[in-house]
Amino acid sequence: MRSAVIVFPASNCDRDAAIALAKITGREPLMVWHEETTLPQVDFVVIPGGFSYGDYLRSGAIAARSPIMQDIVRKAGAGLPVAGFCNGFQVLTEAGLLPGALMRNKGLRFVCRPQTLKITNKTSMFTKAYKDQDEITVPIAHFDGNYYADDETLRGLRKSGQIIFKYVDNPNGSINDIAGISNKAGNVLGMMPHPERAIDALHGGTDGILLFKSVLESMR
Amino acid sequence: MSVPVKITPQVVAEHGLSENEYALICERLGRKPNINELGIFSVMWSEHCSYKSSRRHLGKLLTKGERVIQGPGENAGVIDIDDGDVIIFKMESHNHPSYIEPYQGAATGVGGIMRDVFTMGARPIANLNALRFGEPDHPKTKTLVAGVVHGIGGYGNCVGVPTVGGETNFDKGYNGNILVNAMCVGHARSDKVFYSAAKGVGNPIFYVGSKTGRDGIHGATMASAEFDDDSDEKRPTVQVGDPFTEKLLIEACLELMATDVIIAIQDMGAAGLTSSAIEMADKGGVGIKMNLDKVPQREPDMTPYEMMLSESQERMLMVLKPRKEKIAIEIFEKWDLDVAEVGTTTDTGRLVLTHQKKKVCDIPIAPLADDAPNLDRPFTPPATHDKLEHDPMFDPNERGSSYNSVLEALLTSPDICSKRWIWEQYDRTVMGDTVDSSQSGGDAAIVRIHGTNKAVAITTDCTPRYCLADPFEGGKQAVAETWRNLTCVGAEPIAITDCLNFGNPERPEIMGQFVYAINGMNEACRALDYPVVSGNVSLYNETNGQAIPPTPAIGGVGLIKDLHKFKSISGAKAGDTLVLIGATEGWLGASLYSQIILGFGRDGKPVYAPPPVDLAAEKANGDYVRRLIRDRRVNAVHDLSDGGLAIAAVEMAFANKLGFTLDAQNDVPNYAWLFGEDQGRYLLAVEKNSVNPVISTAHSKGIPAQKIGMVGGSQLSAAGGFDISLRDAHMVYENWLPDYMAS
Amino acid sequence: MKAIIHIGLKPGVLDPQGRTIARSLAHMGFDQVLGARQGKIIELALKGNDAVAAEAQVKDMCEKLLANTVIENYRFEIVAQD
Repeated sequence: MRSAVIVFPASNCDRDAAIALAKITGREPLMVWHEETTLPQVDFVVIPGGFSYGDYLRSGAIAARSPIMQDIVRKAGAGLPVAGFCNGFQVLTEAGLLPGALMRNKGLRFVCRPQTLKITNKTSMFTKAYKDQDEITVPIAHFDGNYYADDETLRGLRKSGQIIFKYVDNPNGSINDIAGISNKAGNVLGMMPHPERAIDALHGGTDGILLFKSVLESMR
Repeated sequence: MSVPVKITPQVVAEHGLSENEYALICERLGRKPNINELGIFSVMWSEHCSYKSSRRHLGKLLTKGERVIQGPGENAGVIDIDDGDVIIFKMESHNHPSYIEPYQGAATGVGGIMRDVFTMGARPIANLNALRFGEPDHPKTKTLVAGVVHGIGGYGNCVGVPTVGGETNFDKGYNGNILVNAMCVGHARSDKVFYSAAKGVGNPIFYVGSKTGRDGIHGATMASAEFDDDSDEKRPTVQVGDPFTEKLLIEACLELMATDVIIAIQDMGAAGLTSSAIEMADKGGVGIKMNLDKVPQREPDMTPYEMMLSESQERMLMVLKPRKEKIAIEIFEKWDLDVAEVGTTTDTGRLVLTHQKKKVCDIPIAPLADDAPNLDRPFTPPATHDKLEHDPMFDPNERGSSYNSVLEALLTSPDICSKRWIWEQYDRTVMGDTVDSSQSGGDAAIVRIHGTNKAVAITTDCTPRYCLADPFEGGKQAVAETWRNLTCVGAEPIAITDCLNFGNPERPEIMGQFVYAINGMNEACRALDYPVVSGNVSLYNETNGQAIPPTPAIGGVGLIKDLHKFKSISGAKAGDTLVLIGATEGWLGASLYSQIILGFGRDGKPVYAPPPVDLAAEKANGDYVRRLIRDRRVNAVHDLSDGGLAIAAVEMAFANKLGFTLDAQNDVPNYAWLFGEDQGRYLLAVEKNSVNPVISTAHSKGIPAQKIGMVGGSQLSAAGGFDISLRDAHMVYENWLPDYMAS
Repeated sequence: MKAIIHIGLKPGVLDPQGRTIARSLAHMGFDQVLGARQGKIIELALKGNDAVAAEAQVKDMCEKLLANTVIENYRFEIVAQD
């Protein structure tokens, strides 16, 4: 499986994402600079975490308007699998690929801690490999992780099984404890936690591995 | 700000220069200086830049070692960690700005120390900080804590470097002067370390990073002066940081450093363009000619004085190889950073500046460095204090209290309580290599060297109440404790950086604290073969004549060669035996018990001598513990410090979510046994079967070692002492700080 | 010309920052404060002097970048530069 990681100015977690992809897919991902207008041929794209553009104006707002995102929006519309972690989730909502918005944490402080998540949809292409596991622990590290969507949108998300992860012990006030969602077609995932930081027993645990494996398996 | 043009004695004094210093300037120039030249001399000869009060004493410190590649004198220290890898690190203070504007003061402190590290070619891999605030009841403390923590997180998280450890103290001695000491550790390859000496004549000088504004002009002189009640008006001089630009700067500089275009590079920190240009030229033995019209400017109508003294953040100065400029320009433009050729190196040995076609400065560089004042300030030896002897009245039961209450009082004391409220605001795991951080409550952070199986262990430490009681012993103890912390995780301690925070050196008793603390540090460095490779001095931490406790903050770095063989405070198992390494006579002087429970050492009550550090015992005990870790003979390790054995055992219990029982003993009165702060001691959780060999081998080496209890259960109990549930203890320990910050 | 743009959260969207501000003011004794909403002001320096054209452009900027219309409202005014 060929994958790509998009790099915006001050994406900090692009390297972390690349390591996870290389480890699990066996292939170094392409690192794609935000100013490219065309995404190279790949099977899976990761929008990494970090502080693209310093989170200035709104987290992910400026990155979402970059040239590469225009092409990603097109290709995602045609079915290309895309995953956004943390800042990546923010970029995806700003780009209109996912509904809702990420706002300042309710506690008004940055939170970094290991976070337990409930997998609420185990049939998605991002969670299929979790099989018997209902809960995973994955690091979170964010200031603007408070997911918000209006009632109508929430109803739609619930109805279409788009809520993929929920927080156990909500760290940021996200409505309905929503930690990660997919689009209706199921090929775009956005989540605030960092599964790419949970692929190593020495650092963050290994609960993130199966997320990447799920994507890999869906390619077969 | 208005820049005076006519130089009067008052203007000279406002620049922090003495009459003698001014006379020396005139002598060196052969004429009077103009205002630009005066400004330049004033910042270069300020305490902050010239270290005039401290230089001759710092010179005593051990700075060499087998693994030391670069000691003090460069932007940061460089140590060898095998396989062509080096670690580059330093600690720096940003005390005065943080008191005035806590968020930006702390943020720019983090930004500044990171630049000192990556200017040498190292990718920053970890940040730590040592914070000292006033007492909780002081009206400013809460705002300062919130602002400083917010600023450290705001900058560090945005730049994408994990903030993995540190320490926080609260003491009324810091009511008027908080301390924010920021440490940065970076990794580089040994053949790609960059220095600041601008060698060679006729080479282009390039400026890169943010535009220059009017921020922080005379920040260096602010750091060289006390506060008084008018300090609030100094607000405009605090610099504002932009972590986004810093991240771009890091990536752009590292990208450029991978080519062979750079001859020399230095970041613009205190005294901005002035200090970087002069230091680079002085080290390279060259002169510099700069055209200030080329300096990227953020504000209109900036004067040469303002441009040279501005402390706008996120800027670097570099000397490039001629005809390779285009490579640099392309890289910086890609990262959207301002880049400009601002001058050339010359063979005149002078700093010549032009602005709007006029020469506005022409001074010889050597005197700026060579003639920088090197004062031999008078000092008085610090007072010595008596040893605090045991007394039956010190037992909680004799005071109408109980061991449980006493334990709770210590667990909820600001120095010991959980700092989760603080470190949860720091991203500790970005970059994917943090093996251990503040999260575990352990003794040192552990950060893997990317792509390898080895790691650096990093810690900061200092016990100011010991330093106040005895600066020599306190200085020694600070170094020794960091050495112990690194040992606890199985690391080979390599070297230290320091941030020496003291009051007004013009007062002989403060100067005495400084001299004696350095002497103490030095003794520890030499006995432990643990040199100082970088550091910073922050003086004048006083308000209205009240100085801070002497606070020589130490940052220690060690090497874990094999990540299959490290230990931490976690890993204990139910049924493990608790083994205590090191001798205990129950030292109470300057202990937290004596201060919090007995009331000594503050509010006019007697001060007692702090626990002495026996360096030979430290070395023997530590080397043994490290060997036990390497031979996999222990499950968990924690060193004893604030609060003594009781607190160490409780902290280990919290980390492992397992209770403990401590056995009865008759050597020492119980309160002294549990809360005495004898040094050189380690608490080990050892598998039952390994206990006898661990103890007998220790004895064969003359190392005190004894079984003192067991891990397990849900109670924390000490025979004849406290008996409290793990859950209750943990709750009060965790709640104090968040309750305080929310109140 | 100058455009002064006010961006605020839509009514009904929880505003923890606003809530904290109101509470802090109340604690300080400003008991007239019933509530607070926090937003931001963006000032743009604009070329030319055709206010009508500018209005259309600024609206476009707000829709496309400056406001996240999922959760934010905006209003603006065009003023002559002094």
